[in-house]
Amino acid sequence: MSIKKLSFVDNKSINAIALGGAVLGSGGGGDPYVGRLMTQQSMKESGGVEVIDIESLPDEALILPIAMMGAPTVMVEKFPSGNEFAQLIPMIEKMLTKPVAAILCIEAGGLNSTIPFVAASKLGLPIIDGDAMGRAFPELQMVTFTLGGISATPMAMVDEKGNGCNYATISNAWTEKLARAITIEMGGSAMCSLYPVSAKECKEYLIKGSLSLIHHIGSIIEKHSFNAYEILVKELNGKHLFQGRVRDVERRTEGGWNRGIVKLEGIDDFVNRDAKIDFQNEFLVAMEGDKVLATTPDLICMFDANTGAPVTAETIKYGLAVNVLGLPCDPIWQSKEALDMIGPRYFKYEIDYKPL
Amino acid sequence: MIRVGVDVGGTNTDAVVMKGQKFLGGAKRPTTEDILTGVENAIQAALGEAKTSSDSVDVLIIGTTHFVNALVQRTKLAQTGLIRMCLPSGSSILPFSDWPESLVNGMKGSCKLVKGGYEMDGNEISPLDKDELIDAAKELSDLGCNQIAISSVFATVRGDMEDEALELISKAMPELSITLSKSIGGMGLLERENAAIINASLKPLAGEVVDSFKLLQKSLKLSCPMFFTRNDGTLIEAAEVIELPVLTFACGPTNSMRGAAFLSGLQDALVVDVGGTTTDVGEVQDGFPRLAGTSVMVADVRTNFAMPDVISIGLGGGSIVSDNDPMSIGPISVGHELPQKAKVFGGDTLTATDLAVAAGRCQVGDTAPPSIDSIDKLVEILDKMVSDQVARARTSNKAIPVIAVGGGSVMMPSEVDGLEVISPKHNDLANAVGAAIAQVSGQVSRVVLLNDDIDRDSAIKEVTEEATKIAVKRHADPKSISVLTVSDMPLSYLPGNNLLINVTVVGDLLMEEI
Repeated sequence: MSIKKLSFVDNKSINAIALGGAVLGSGGGGDPYVGRLMTQQSMKESGGVEVIDIESLPDEALILPIAMMGAPTVMVEKFPSGNEFAQLIPMIEKMLTKPVAAILCIEAGGLNSTIPFVAASKLGLPIIDGDAMGRAFPELQMVTFTLGGISATPMAMVDEKGNGCNYATISNAWTEKLARAITIEMGGSAMCSLYPVSAKECKEYLIKGSLSLIHHIGSIIEKHSFNAYEILVKELNGKHLFQGRVRDVERRTEGGWNRGIVKLEGIDDFVNRDAKIDFQNEFLVAMEGDKVLATTPDLICMFDANTGAPVTAETIKYGLAVNVLGLPCDPIWQSKEALDMIGPRYFKYEIDYKPL
Repeated sequence: MIRVGVDVGGTNTDAVVMKGQKFLGGAKRPTTEDILTGVENAIQAALGEAKTSSDSVDVLIIGTTHFVNALVQRTKLAQTGLIRMCLPSGSSILPFSDWPESLVNGMKGSCKLVKGGYEMDGNEISPLDKDELIDAAKELSDLGCNQIAISSVFATVRGDMEDEALELISKAMPELSITLSKSIGGMGLLERENAAIINASLKPLAGEVVDSFKLLQKSLKLSCPMFFTRNDGTLIEAAEVIELPVLTFACGPTNSMRGAAFLSGLQDALVVDVGGTTTDVGEVQDGFPRLAGTSVMVADVRTNFAMPDVISIGLGGGSIVSDNDPMSIGPISVGHELPQKAKVFGGDTLTATDLAVAAGRCQVGDTAPPSIDSIDKLVEILDKMVSDQVARARTSNKAIPVIAVGGGSVMMPSEVDGLEVISPKHNDLANAVGAAIAQVSGQVSRVVLLNDDIDRDSAIKEVTEEATKIAVKRHADPKSISVLTVSDMPLSYLPGNNLLINVTVVGDLLMEEI
């Protein structure tokens, strides 16, 4: 697969980023649409955002991941003020007594694949071509940086009203717990910066090239719509797991997560076969009968078979014809230590991870 | 009760007369430039056919595409200003984001953001500043906006701030006409606000349309109440159309699906509506169309009001056929010129209708069926187009029937995608029948926080009662109310059980109360 290296993102190319981001969100992370509109509005002033390679920065440079924390469903009603980043970034710079050299996407999937572009655009900073998940995951500690023992703090969080909050915690699990509680008080969504890293740490733990990748995926969908799926399977070295119609969506809320099961009835080449896909925000396990088709941390991505558009667990509905694509995760997620954090057993599935 | 149902389509205007469940008569007339002449012709012809006098008609129900046409053509749109109550949130995505520029210009759209709005739990983001609100309205009015749309963050959770704003502005500037976002759309500020803006820009036109239909009613001596049909296949009063024209946008496909279900007696089926230029396929469940997901595009603007999920392709009775390699049918159509141009009518253009006649599927026209060398191959292409479209609209492998309606449905094969095709009697008037049988609905979309006092079931019950109240207020017979759809969706990424509940109820129209 040859992917064109992304060097600049403007008002137009952010569309492809948002589409590709929804694919790597593997069903979770929220709709990147709101993030795309925010980026486009801010780019009217800035003209665009420069995308750079981590290798081009000196080891000591400060890289700042930016993310939205909270419910994507709140973000479709209550939009940020747009002033959050001008407040947030100096907060972190003051704590670290160092200027920020570049912005980073913490996850390459969902809403958080577009939100960091707003920060970069507002502050005139470049954005790094890479992320710390290679997809979307639901919890704050589920990033490659945790594998390197890097702390999520100093972390800063601001809301649209101008409230700011700094975190100094004893573990990433505590950060997750406290930050989520504050997010509720802030009205269900907040902008935050976490895992401030040096370029040196980034060079070691970054999943490189993921912005170029999501841009590439998005461009293929834009160009080929419902024919895009076949091209994506080939180009991304993916596995066509299933094609079927949604026959049932069981949803329940547990501990604040959007959990459930999607049942698919096979069509075309998969006729007379059934599959089910479990989700906890993201699609985590795909099964056909007793046979495991794919599990986290590999990516399970769903596409509307009629339009080629990515489908999220929140928007999936009865009757939709979908293609299910399995994508191999970044090898960094395949170690025992990593699987303890994001493997099927962490999410309470009694199965072991087998790479696609 | 005698009902007259009318459907104004792009090519034809249909009218039917029904007594209760019985079809008394109907007629199809060409749609005229001024619309009303076509409607008048169709109603008169239908009443004649049904041998019914105008004074015995109890209710007149109209489905029209007036408003969506105005939007697509960017004509007759009023200058509109939006006030969004959101600050300090909200400014990162301004109103009119992602709109086609020509449409914003077409309505000279402008906006103001002011303090206000709610959090998801119903707390205020900030209190409403009355002076700021009035100043904003004044500024928009000075720019020339007579139509004002008002939106507030989480208006679906709490609507009182929009109500308060309406009251304050109407008092200070009674000349302004106001649309509230909460009366139109569901969750999603931008989509709901877009729908409110579109609605506001169409209000003066809606007033004109309703007035002209009232004049028509007079000239036809129909002294009965008049209703219009909504996108979801239910009724809306004429007075309400003036306030909420967008609710009638997509009534065409809805009426055809509802009519098809009624005429065939099938509550669960696929409906294929073959017109002159396009074919629409949708699904009815419990006699109502299956609705599209979270957002729908209207004239290239993302909105979120309830619309049927319809797949359209460029294939109709007038579709031009190319019998040279590569063989193809449509999407170009001779449209309303079919009776002049098709070969079976002595014309010189090979159309899909000619194929159907040549293949022996129907007898149309006054000329012998043309001989077409590659007829088998072309019919195969035709059937594959329909079959693909039906397969895409299916929601299961279950063998549900396909109901074929519309003037062009005569060219349908007897089986599509392995499903039996049924052509009910009067299927060419299905749209008008759908209008005639429309019911009354009530819909509520609300976020409920579950706790020890309120569980999921009681929350749904509460929302259902609210929806029932709305339906009864709209003249639904309380005894006939049934729940059409219930859905609940947990709001994820947050602790606590926040449930987004949507309930729609429907009931029969109760005439005595009007």
